[in-house]
Amino acid sequence: MKPGIPAGTASIEFLQPVYIESAASITGQKEGQGPLGNLFDMVSEDPLFGTKTWEAAESTLQKETASLAIGKAGLTAPDIRMVFAGDLLAQTIASSFGIAEMDIPYYGLYGACSTMGEALSLGAMTVAAGYGEHVLCAASSHFATAEKEFRFPLGYGNQRPLSSTWTVTGSGACVLGSKPPVPEDQKHASPMRYKNGCAVITGITIGKLVDFGFKDSLNMGGCMAPAACSTIAQNLSDFGRTPKDYDAVFTGDLGMIGQQILLDLLSEKNIDLHSVHQDCGLMIYDNETQDTHSGGSGCGCSASVLAAAILPEISRGTWKRILFVPTGAMLSKVSYNEGESVPGIAHAVVIEHSEI
Amino acid sequence: MPTSEQLKKQKQYQQYVKRITPSHSLPLNMTKAFFTGGLICTLGQWILNAAASLGADKETAGSWCSLLLILLSVILTGLNIYPEIGKFGGAGALVPITGFANSVAASAIEFQTEGQVFGIGCKIFTIAGPVILYGILSSWGLGIVYYILKLMGVIL
Repeated sequence: MKPGIPAGTASIEFLQPVYIESAASITGQKEGQGPLGNLFDMVSEDPLFGTKTWEAAESTLQKETASLAIGKAGLTAPDIRMVFAGDLLAQTIASSFGIAEMDIPYYGLYGACSTMGEALSLGAMTVAAGYGEHVLCAASSHFATAEKEFRFPLGYGNQRPLSSTWTVTGSGACVLGSKPPVPEDQKHASPMRYKNGCAVITGITIGKLVDFGFKDSLNMGGCMAPAACSTIAQNLSDFGRTPKDYDAVFTGDLGMIGQQILLDLLSEKNIDLHSVHQDCGLMIYDNETQDTHSGGSGCGCSASVLAAAILPEISRGTWKRILFVPTGAMLSKVSYNEGESVPGIAHAVVIEHSEI
Repeated sequence: MPTSEQLKKQKQYQQYVKRITPSHSLPLNMTKAFFTGGLICTLGQWILNAAASLGADKETAGSWCSLLLILLSVILTGLNIYPEIGKFGGAGALVPITGFANSVAASAIEFQTEGQVFGIGCKIFTIAGPVILYGILSSWGLGIVYYILKLMGVIL
Protein backbone atom coordinates (compact mmCIF):
# COMPACT_ATOMS: atom_id res chain seq x y z
CA MET A 1 0.00 0.00 0.00
CA LYS A 2 1.07 3.57 -0.61
CA PRO A 3 0.55 5.54 2.57
CA GLY A 4 -1.49 8.70 2.74
CA ILE A 5 -0.21 12.25 2.52
CA PRO A 6 -1.14 15.20 4.73
CA ALA A 7 -3.69 17.52 3.10
CA GLY A 8 -4.20 21.07 4.26
CA THR A 9 -3.64 21.52 7.98
CA ALA A 10 -5.79 18.80 9.56
CA SER A 11 -6.52 16.19 6.90
CA ILE A 12 -4.99 13.11 5.33
CA GLU A 13 -5.54 12.00 1.76
CA PHE A 14 -5.07 8.30 1.11
CA LEU A 15 -3.18 7.68 -2.13
CA GLN A 16 -4.66 4.20 -2.38
CA PRO A 17 -8.22 3.75 -1.19
CA VAL A 18 -8.87 1.89 2.06
CA TYR A 19 -11.63 -0.65 1.37
CA ILE A 20 -14.61 -1.17 3.62
CA GLU A 21 -14.78 -4.94 3.56
CA SER A 22 -17.94 -5.30 5.59
CA ALA A 23 -20.35 -3.45 7.84
CA ALA A 24 -22.73 -4.74 10.50
CA SER A 25 -25.31 -3.22 12.81
CA ILE A 26 -27.42 -4.46 15.71
CA THR A 27 -29.93 -2.30 17.56
CA GLY A 28 -32.60 -2.38 20.25
CA GLN A 29 -36.32 -2.54 19.71
CA LYS A 30 -37.07 1.19 19.64
CA GLU A 31 -34.55 1.66 16.80
CA GLY A 32 -36.05 -1.38 15.09
CA GLN A 33 -39.42 0.37 15.11
CA GLY A 34 -37.90 3.50 13.56
CA PRO A 35 -37.74 4.46 9.87
CA LEU A 36 -34.53 2.43 9.33
CA GLY A 37 -35.84 -0.60 11.27
CA ASN A 38 -35.61 -3.19 8.51
CA LEU A 39 -32.12 -2.14 7.39
CA PHE A 40 -30.37 -3.27 10.57
CA ASP A 41 -28.84 -6.75 10.55
CA MET A 42 -30.49 -7.64 13.81
CA VAL A 43 -32.95 -6.05 16.22
CA SER A 44 -32.95 -7.40 19.76
CA GLU A 45 -36.27 -7.55 21.58
CA ASP A 46 -34.46 -8.06 24.89
CA PRO A 47 -32.90 -4.78 26.07
CA LEU A 48 -30.62 -6.81 28.37
CA PHE A 49 -29.31 -8.88 25.42
CA GLY A 50 -29.60 -12.03 27.54
CA THR A 51 -27.42 -10.68 30.36
CA LYS A 52 -28.09 -9.51 33.91
CA THR A 53 -26.75 -5.93 33.83
CA TRP A 54 -27.04 -3.03 31.39
CA GLU A 55 -23.26 -2.81 31.04
CA ALA A 56 -22.94 -6.50 30.18
CA ALA A 57 -25.80 -5.98 27.73
CA GLU A 58 -23.87 -3.29 25.89
CA SER A 59 -20.70 -5.41 25.87
CA THR A 60 -22.66 -8.29 24.35
CA LEU A 61 -24.22 -5.94 21.82
CA GLN A 62 -20.83 -4.67 20.69
CA LYS A 63 -19.23 -8.11 20.64
CA GLU A 64 -22.07 -9.58 18.57
CA THR A 65 -21.92 -6.67 16.10
CA ALA A 66 -18.14 -7.00 15.79
CA SER A 67 -18.40 -10.77 15.22
CA LEU A 68 -21.08 -10.19 12.61
CA ALA A 69 -18.89 -7.68 10.76
CA ILE A 70 -15.94 -10.10 10.78
CA GLY A 71 -18.18 -12.90 9.53
CA LYS A 72 -19.69 -10.76 6.77
CA ALA A 73 -16.18 -9.99 5.50
CA GLY A 74 -15.60 -13.74 5.19
CA LEU A 75 -13.01 -13.65 7.96
CA THR A 76 -12.53 -15.05 11.45
CA ALA A 77 -11.28 -13.21 14.54
CA PRO A 78 -7.60 -14.30 14.17
CA ASP A 79 -7.55 -12.61 10.71
CA ILE A 80 -8.09 -9.20 12.32
CA ARG A 81 -4.80 -7.43 13.01
CA MET A 82 -6.29 -4.93 15.47
CA VAL A 83 -9.51 -3.38 16.62
CA PHE A 84 -10.34 0.22 17.41
CA ALA A 85 -13.49 0.36 19.51
CA GLY A 86 -15.21 2.64 21.97
CA ASP A 87 -18.40 3.51 23.81
CA LEU A 88 -19.81 6.10 26.21
CA LEU A 89 -19.20 4.41 29.54
CA ALA A 90 -16.56 5.42 32.07
CA GLN A 91 -13.26 3.69 31.23
CA THR A 92 -15.05 2.40 28.07
CA ILE A 93 -15.96 -0.84 29.80
CA ALA A 94 -18.53 -1.90 27.22
CA SER A 95 -15.82 -2.17 24.56
CA SER A 96 -13.07 -3.66 26.67
CA PHE A 97 -15.29 -6.33 28.22
CA GLY A 98 -16.95 -7.07 24.88
CA ILE A 99 -13.84 -7.22 22.70
CA ALA A 100 -11.81 -9.06 25.38
CA GLU A 101 -13.64 -12.28 24.58
CA MET A 102 -12.57 -12.09 20.93
CA ASP A 103 -8.82 -12.23 21.57
CA ILE A 104 -7.88 -9.52 19.04
CA PRO A 105 -5.23 -6.80 19.65
CA TYR A 106 -7.29 -3.89 20.95
CA TYR A 107 -7.18 -0.11 21.21
CA GLY A 108 -9.97 1.42 23.31
CA LEU A 109 -11.20 4.84 22.23
CA TYR A 110 -13.21 7.59 23.83
CA GLY A 111 -14.58 10.25 21.53
CA ALA A 112 -18.05 10.47 23.06
CA CYS A 113 -20.57 10.13 20.21
CA SER A 114 -17.86 10.82 17.61
CA THR A 115 -16.17 7.49 18.39
CA MET A 116 -17.06 5.80 15.09
CA GLY A 117 -15.34 8.64 13.21
CA GLU A 118 -12.30 8.28 15.42
CA ALA A 119 -12.22 4.50 14.97
CA LEU A 120 -12.58 4.70 11.18
CA SER A 121 -9.87 7.39 10.96
CA LEU A 122 -7.35 5.41 13.00
CA GLY A 123 -8.32 2.21 11.23
CA ALA A 124 -7.89 3.78 7.80
CA MET A 125 -4.50 5.24 8.76
CA THR A 126 -3.39 1.84 10.02
CA VAL A 127 -4.43 0.03 6.85
CA ALA A 128 -2.98 2.75 4.59
CA ALA A 129 0.33 2.60 6.44
CA GLY A 130 0.47 -1.13 5.83
CA TYR A 131 0.29 -2.08 9.50
CA GLY A 132 -2.60 -4.43 9.04
CA GLU A 133 -4.48 -6.16 6.26
CA HIS A 134 -7.78 -6.26 8.15
CA VAL A 135 -8.70 -3.80 10.90
CA LEU A 136 -11.97 -3.73 12.81
CA CYS A 137 -13.66 -0.47 13.86
CA ALA A 138 -16.63 -0.54 16.23
CA ALA A 139 -18.70 1.67 18.51
CA SER A 140 -21.76 1.15 20.66
CA SER A 141 -24.17 2.88 23.00
CA HIS A 142 -27.11 1.74 25.11
CA PHE A 143 -29.97 3.90 26.34
CA ALA A 144 -29.96 2.41 29.84
CA THR A 145 -26.19 2.55 30.42
CA ALA A 146 -26.00 6.14 29.16
CA GLU A 147 -28.88 7.28 31.37
CA LYS A 148 -27.17 5.64 34.34
CA GLU A 149 -23.76 7.09 33.47
CA PHE A 150 -24.81 10.66 32.69
CA ARG A 151 -28.32 11.26 34.01
CA PHE A 152 -30.85 9.57 36.33
CA PRO A 153 -31.90 6.01 37.20
CA LEU A 154 -34.41 4.72 34.65
CA GLY A 155 -37.27 4.49 37.14
CA TYR A 156 -36.97 8.13 38.18
CA GLY A 157 -39.93 10.21 37.02
CA ASN A 158 -38.77 13.44 35.40
CA GLN A 159 -39.42 15.55 32.34
CA ARG A 160 -36.89 15.71 29.54
CA PRO A 161 -36.51 19.07 27.83
CA LEU A 162 -37.45 19.29 24.14
CA SER A 163 -33.79 19.91 23.29
CA SER A 164 -32.73 16.55 24.72
CA THR A 165 -31.85 13.57 22.54
CA TRP A 166 -32.54 9.87 22.98
CA THR A 167 -29.48 7.62 23.32
CA VAL A 168 -29.58 4.90 20.68
CA THR A 169 -29.32 1.30 21.82
CA GLY A 170 -27.20 0.02 19.02
CA SER A 171 -23.81 -0.78 17.66
CA GLY A 172 -22.11 -0.55 14.30
CA ALA A 173 -18.89 -2.20 13.17
CA CYS A 174 -16.82 -2.17 9.97
CA VAL A 175 -13.86 -4.19 8.78
CA LEU A 176 -11.38 -2.06 6.84
CA GLY A 177 -8.81 -3.66 4.61
CA SER A 178 -6.28 -3.21 1.86
CA LYS A 179 -8.17 -5.52 -0.50
CA PRO A 180 -11.69 -5.09 -1.95
CA PRO A 181 -14.61 -6.98 -0.38
CA VAL A 182 -15.07 -10.53 -1.64
CA PRO A 183 -17.36 -10.57 -4.74
CA GLU A 184 -20.67 -12.42 -4.66
CA ASP A 185 -19.71 -15.29 -6.97
CA GLN A 186 -17.02 -16.42 -4.55
CA LYS A 187 -17.19 -18.26 -1.25
CA HIS A 188 -17.58 -15.93 1.78
CA ALA A 189 -18.92 -13.09 -0.40
CA SER A 190 -19.33 -9.78 1.39
CA PRO A 191 -22.62 -7.85 1.20
CA MET A 192 -20.51 -4.69 0.90
CA ARG A 193 -19.61 -5.71 -2.65
CA TYR A 194 -22.33 -4.80 -5.15
CA LYS A 195 -21.35 -6.17 -8.58
CA ASN A 196 -18.06 -4.34 -9.09
CA GLY A 197 -18.90 -1.50 -6.73
CA CYS A 198 -17.73 -1.04 -3.18
CA ALA A 199 -17.15 1.68 -0.60
CA VAL A 200 -13.71 3.09 0.10
CA ILE A 201 -12.24 5.64 2.51
CA THR A 202 -10.21 8.20 0.58
CA GLY A 203 -9.51 10.81 3.22
CA ILE A 204 -10.06 11.96 6.78
CA THR A 205 -10.17 15.26 8.63
CA ILE A 206 -9.18 15.12 12.27
CA GLY A 207 -11.47 17.15 14.50
CA LYS A 208 -10.43 19.83 16.96
CA LEU A 209 -12.08 20.37 20.31
CA VAL A 210 -14.35 23.36 19.91
CA ASP A 211 -15.61 25.12 23.02
CA PHE A 212 -18.20 27.86 22.71
CA GLY A 213 -18.63 28.01 26.49
CA PHE A 214 -21.98 26.25 26.20
CA LYS A 215 -22.98 24.44 29.40
CA ASP A 216 -26.38 22.84 28.80
CA SER A 217 -25.66 19.11 28.62
CA LEU A 218 -29.31 18.45 27.78
CA ASN A 219 -28.89 20.42 24.56
CA MET A 220 -26.15 18.33 22.97
CA GLY A 221 -26.90 19.71 19.52
CA GLY A 222 -25.92 23.15 20.78
CA CYS A 223 -22.70 21.76 22.29
CA MET A 224 -21.63 19.83 19.19
CA ALA A 225 -22.77 21.91 16.21
CA PRO A 226 -19.79 24.33 16.40
CA ALA A 227 -17.40 21.35 16.25
CA ALA A 228 -19.20 19.91 13.24
CA CYS A 229 -19.05 23.32 11.58
CA SER A 230 -15.30 23.60 12.25
CA THR A 231 -14.49 20.12 10.92
CA ILE A 232 -16.68 20.42 7.81
CA ALA A 233 -15.21 23.82 6.92
CA GLN A 234 -11.71 22.43 7.54
CA ASN A 235 -12.41 19.42 5.33
CA LEU A 236 -13.66 21.57 2.46
CA SER A 237 -10.66 23.87 2.68
CA ASP A 238 -8.07 21.10 3.12
CA PHE A 239 -9.33 19.16 0.09
CA GLY A 240 -10.21 22.27 -1.94
CA ARG A 241 -13.84 21.16 -2.25
CA THR A 242 -17.26 22.79 -2.04
CA PRO A 243 -20.43 21.17 -0.60
CA LYS A 244 -21.37 20.35 -4.22
CA ASP A 245 -18.47 17.87 -4.34
CA TYR A 246 -20.34 15.71 -1.83
CA ASP A 247 -23.58 13.90 -2.59
CA ALA A 248 -24.36 13.97 1.09
CA VAL A 249 -22.82 15.12 4.37
CA PHE A 250 -23.94 13.02 7.34
CA THR A 251 -23.42 14.39 10.82
CA GLY A 252 -23.70 11.98 13.75
CA ASP A 253 -26.31 13.12 16.23
CA LEU A 254 -26.88 16.86 16.11
CA GLY A 255 -30.64 16.41 16.17
CA MET A 256 -33.17 18.97 15.06
CA ILE A 257 -31.73 21.91 16.98
CA GLY A 258 -28.09 21.07 16.25
CA GLN A 259 -28.85 20.75 12.55
CA GLN A 260 -30.30 24.24 12.41
CA ILE A 261 -27.31 25.65 14.33
CA LEU A 262 -24.85 23.88 12.01
CA LEU A 263 -26.51 25.22 8.88
CA ASP A 264 -26.63 28.74 10.36
CA LEU A 265 -22.98 28.64 11.49
CA LEU A 266 -21.85 27.39 8.09
CA SER A 267 -23.79 30.03 6.19
CA GLU A 268 -21.97 32.64 8.29
CA LYS A 269 -18.83 31.22 6.65
CA ASN A 270 -20.57 31.37 3.25
CA ILE A 271 -20.91 27.60 3.04
CA ASP A 272 -24.35 26.39 2.01
CA LEU A 273 -24.90 22.84 3.21
CA HIS A 274 -28.72 22.85 3.07
CA SER A 275 -29.12 20.64 0.03
CA VAL A 276 -26.70 17.88 1.07
CA HIS A 277 -26.90 17.75 4.86
CA GLN A 278 -28.43 14.82 6.74
CA ASP A 279 -28.16 13.83 10.37
CA CYS A 280 -28.04 10.20 11.56
CA GLY A 281 -29.87 11.26 14.74
CA LEU A 282 -32.78 12.49 12.62
CA MET A 283 -32.77 9.41 10.38
CA ILE A 284 -32.92 6.70 13.05
CA TYR A 285 -36.14 7.76 14.83
CA ASP A 286 -39.41 9.35 13.84
CA ASN A 287 -39.31 12.22 16.33
CA GLU A 288 -43.05 12.84 15.98
CA THR A 289 -44.29 9.37 16.88
CA GLN A 290 -41.38 7.97 18.91
CA ASP A 291 -41.18 10.75 21.51
CA THR A 292 -37.45 11.24 20.98
CA HIS A 293 -37.58 15.04 21.16
CA SER A 294 -34.58 16.44 19.23
CA GLY A 295 -33.47 13.06 17.77
CA GLY A 296 -31.18 10.11 18.45
CA SER A 297 -27.69 10.29 19.93
CA GLY A 298 -24.86 8.11 21.20
CA CYS A 299 -21.91 6.37 19.51
CA GLY A 300 -24.27 3.66 18.34
CA CYS A 301 -26.42 6.17 16.48
CA SER A 302 -23.96 7.21 13.78
CA ALA A 303 -22.24 3.79 13.80
CA SER A 304 -25.40 1.77 13.18
CA VAL A 305 -26.84 4.23 10.64
CA LEU A 306 -23.52 4.22 8.75
CA ALA A 307 -23.40 0.43 8.63
CA ALA A 308 -27.09 -0.11 7.85
CA ALA A 309 -28.20 2.82 5.71
CA ILE A 310 -25.20 4.71 4.35
CA LEU A 311 -22.47 2.23 3.34
CA PRO A 312 -24.73 -0.15 1.35
CA GLU A 313 -25.96 2.80 -0.72
CA ILE A 314 -22.38 3.90 -1.42
CA SER A 315 -21.37 0.44 -2.63
CA ARG A 316 -24.46 0.44 -4.85
CA GLY A 317 -23.40 3.79 -6.23
CA THR A 318 -26.46 5.79 -5.12
CA TRP A 319 -23.96 8.23 -3.63
CA LYS A 320 -20.55 8.67 -5.24
CA ARG A 321 -18.88 10.60 -2.46
CA ILE A 322 -20.08 11.41 1.04
CA LEU A 323 -18.67 12.97 4.18
CA PHE A 324 -19.37 11.12 7.43
CA VAL A 325 -18.99 13.47 10.43
CA PRO A 326 -19.92 11.94 13.80
CA THR A 327 -20.02 14.53 16.56
CA GLY A 328 -19.22 14.12 20.25
CA ALA A 329 -19.89 16.17 23.38
CA MET A 330 -16.92 15.83 25.70
CA LEU A 331 -18.36 15.95 29.19
CA SER A 332 -18.43 13.82 32.30
CA LYS A 333 -20.68 14.01 35.34
CA VAL A 334 -17.75 15.53 37.25
CA SER A 335 -16.91 18.23 34.71
CA TYR A 336 -20.61 19.12 34.50
CA ASN A 337 -21.01 19.37 38.29
CA GLU A 338 -17.86 21.46 38.52
CA GLY A 339 -19.41 23.99 36.17
CA GLU A 340 -17.25 23.31 33.12
CA SER A 341 -18.62 23.94 29.67
CA VAL A 342 -19.25 21.12 27.18
CA PRO A 343 -16.75 21.23 24.30
CA GLY A 344 -17.58 19.34 21.14
CA ILE A 345 -15.52 17.34 18.67
CA ALA A 346 -16.22 15.98 15.20
CA HIS A 347 -14.12 13.72 13.01
CA ALA A 348 -14.77 13.60 9.27
CA VAL A 349 -14.30 10.58 7.03
CA VAL A 350 -14.55 10.85 3.24
CA ILE A 351 -16.18 7.71 1.83
CA GLU A 352 -16.46 7.15 -1.92
CA HIS A 353 -17.99 4.67 -4.33
CA SER A 354 -15.35 2.75 -6.20
CA GLU A 355 -15.59 0.44 -9.21
CA ILE A 356 -13.08 -2.38 -9.36
CA MET B 1 -8.79 32.08 30.24
CA PRO B 2 -11.09 33.34 27.49
CA THR B 3 -10.70 37.00 26.55
CA SER B 4 -13.56 39.46 26.90
CA GLU B 5 -14.06 39.29 23.14
CA GLN B 6 -14.46 35.48 23.37
CA LEU B 7 -16.79 35.78 26.35
CA LYS B 8 -18.97 38.18 24.38
CA LYS B 9 -19.07 35.74 21.49
CA GLN B 10 -19.93 32.87 23.84
CA LYS B 11 -22.75 34.89 25.33
CA GLN B 12 -24.09 35.71 21.88
CA TYR B 13 -23.98 32.03 20.97
CA GLN B 14 -25.82 31.02 24.15
CA GLN B 15 -28.54 33.58 23.48
CA TYR B 16 -28.83 32.41 19.88
CA VAL B 17 -29.17 28.74 20.92
CA LYS B 18 -31.73 29.67 23.55
CA ARG B 19 -33.74 31.55 20.95
CA ILE B 20 -33.98 28.62 18.53
CA THR B 21 -34.49 25.89 21.15
CA PRO B 22 -38.15 24.99 21.66
CA SER B 23 -39.36 24.50 25.22
CA HIS B 24 -42.36 22.90 26.93
CA SER B 25 -45.39 25.19 27.26
CA LEU B 26 -45.25 26.59 30.80
CA PRO B 27 -49.02 27.15 31.33
CA LEU B 28 -49.76 23.62 30.05
CA ASN B 29 -47.06 22.12 32.30
CA MET B 30 -48.34 24.06 35.30
CA THR B 31 -51.89 22.86 34.68
CA LYS B 32 -50.71 19.26 34.43
CA ALA B 33 -48.61 19.66 37.60
CA PHE B 34 -51.58 21.23 39.43
CA PHE B 35 -53.88 18.32 38.63
CA THR B 36 -51.29 15.58 39.20
CA GLY B 37 -50.14 17.04 42.51
CA GLY B 38 -53.74 17.80 43.47
CA LEU B 39 -54.82 14.25 42.75
CA ILE B 40 -52.02 12.80 44.89
CA CYS B 41 -52.90 15.14 47.77
CA THR B 42 -56.61 14.36 47.44
CA LEU B 43 -55.74 10.69 47.70
CA GLY B 44 -53.72 11.51 50.83
CA GLN B 45 -56.65 13.39 52.33
CA TRP B 46 -58.95 10.46 51.52
CA ILE B 47 -56.58 8.09 53.39
CA LEU B 48 -56.50 10.52 56.35
CA ASN B 49 -60.28 10.69 56.48
CA ALA B 50 -60.65 6.95 56.10
CA ALA B 51 -58.16 6.28 58.91
CA ALA B 52 -59.88 8.85 61.13
CA SER B 53 -63.30 7.32 60.52
CA LEU B 54 -61.84 3.95 61.55
CA GLY B 55 -60.97 5.48 64.90
CA ALA B 56 -57.30 6.51 64.42
CA ASP B 57 -56.17 9.71 66.13
CA LYS B 58 -54.71 12.56 64.05
CA GLU B 59 -51.09 11.43 64.33
CA THR B 60 -51.77 7.76 63.57
CA ALA B 61 -53.94 8.72 60.60
CA GLY B 62 -51.06 10.90 59.31
CA SER B 63 -48.66 7.97 59.57
CA TRP B 64 -51.03 5.70 57.65
CA CYS B 65 -51.32 8.37 54.97
CA SER B 66 -47.52 8.68 54.49
CA LEU B 67 -47.01 4.92 54.64
CA LEU B 68 -49.65 4.10 52.06
CA LEU B 69 -48.58 6.86 49.64
CA ILE B 70 -44.95 5.74 49.85
CA LEU B 71 -45.93 2.10 49.34
CA LEU B 72 -48.05 3.01 46.33
CA SER B 73 -45.25 5.10 44.81
CA VAL B 74 -42.65 2.36 45.30
CA ILE B 75 -44.93 -0.25 43.73
CA LEU B 76 -45.66 2.06 40.78
CA THR B 77 -41.92 2.70 40.37
CA GLY B 78 -41.24 -1.05 40.33
CA LEU B 79 -43.93 -1.49 37.68
CA ASN B 80 -42.35 1.34 35.64
CA ILE B 81 -45.54 3.41 35.85
CA TYR B 82 -44.29 6.24 38.07
CA PRO B 83 -41.81 7.55 35.44
CA GLU B 84 -44.81 8.08 33.16
CA ILE B 85 -46.64 9.97 35.89
CA GLY B 86 -43.51 12.07 36.49
CA LYS B 87 -43.14 12.74 32.79
CA PHE B 88 -46.74 13.93 32.59
CA GLY B 89 -47.06 15.75 35.89
CA GLY B 90 -43.55 17.18 36.36
CA ALA B 91 -43.20 18.90 39.72
CA GLY B 92 -46.76 17.84 40.56
CA ALA B 93 -45.47 14.28 40.83
CA LEU B 94 -42.03 15.26 42.13
CA VAL B 95 -42.87 17.42 45.15
CA PRO B 96 -45.31 15.21 47.13
CA ILE B 97 -43.95 12.39 49.27
CA THR B 98 -44.57 9.99 46.36
CA GLY B 99 -41.87 11.77 44.31
CA PHE B 100 -39.39 11.36 47.14
CA ALA B 101 -40.23 7.66 47.40
CA ASN B 102 -39.84 7.32 43.64
CA SER B 103 -36.34 8.81 43.66
CA VAL B 104 -35.24 6.40 46.41
CA ALA B 105 -36.84 3.30 44.87
CA ALA B 106 -35.55 4.12 41.36
CA SER B 107 -31.97 4.39 42.67
CA ALA B 108 -32.31 1.15 44.63
CA ILE B 109 -33.54 -0.71 41.54
CA GLU B 110 -30.91 0.81 39.24
CA PHE B 111 -27.91 0.12 41.47
CA GLN B 112 -28.83 -3.31 42.87
CA THR B 113 -26.55 -4.90 40.25
CA GLU B 114 -23.60 -3.20 41.98
CA GLY B 115 -24.26 -5.06 45.25
CA GLN B 116 -26.06 -4.63 48.56
CA VAL B 117 -23.39 -2.36 50.10
CA PHE B 118 -21.68 -0.42 47.32
CA GLY B 119 -24.70 -0.48 45.05
CA ILE B 120 -27.94 -0.05 46.99
CA GLY B 121 -26.25 1.02 50.24
CA CYS B 122 -24.09 3.80 48.82
CA LYS B 123 -26.29 4.97 45.99
CA ILE B 124 -29.87 4.69 47.22
CA PHE B 125 -29.94 8.37 48.22
CA THR B 126 -28.09 9.80 45.18
CA ILE B 127 -31.16 11.84 44.24
CA ALA B 128 -32.92 12.06 47.61
CA GLY B 129 -29.71 12.73 49.57
CA PRO B 130 -29.67 16.51 49.08
CA VAL B 131 -33.32 16.72 50.17
CA ILE B 132 -32.54 14.82 53.36
CA LEU B 133 -29.36 16.76 54.16
CA TYR B 134 -30.70 20.24 53.50
CA GLY B 135 -34.10 19.36 54.93
CA ILE B 136 -32.49 18.48 58.27
CA LEU B 137 -30.15 21.46 58.08
CA SER B 138 -32.95 23.95 57.44
CA SER B 139 -35.17 22.46 60.16
CA TRP B 140 -32.22 22.78 62.56
CA GLY B 141 -31.85 26.45 61.56
CA LEU B 142 -35.56 27.07 62.03
CA GLY B 143 -35.37 25.33 65.42
CA ILE B 144 -32.71 27.83 66.55
CA VAL B 145 -34.84 30.77 65.36
CA TYR B 146 -37.79 29.29 67.23
CA TYR B 147 -35.68 28.85 70.39
CA ILE B 148 -34.43 32.48 70.28
CA LEU B 149 -37.92 33.85 69.65
CA LYS B 150 -39.14 31.81 72.61
CA LEU B 151 -36.38 33.19 74.88
CA MET B 152 -37.32 36.71 73.79
CA GLY B 153 -40.91 36.02 74.68
CA VAL B 154 -42.18 36.61 71.12
CA ILE B 155 -43.59 33.09 71.02
CA LEU B 156 -45.18 31.55 74.06
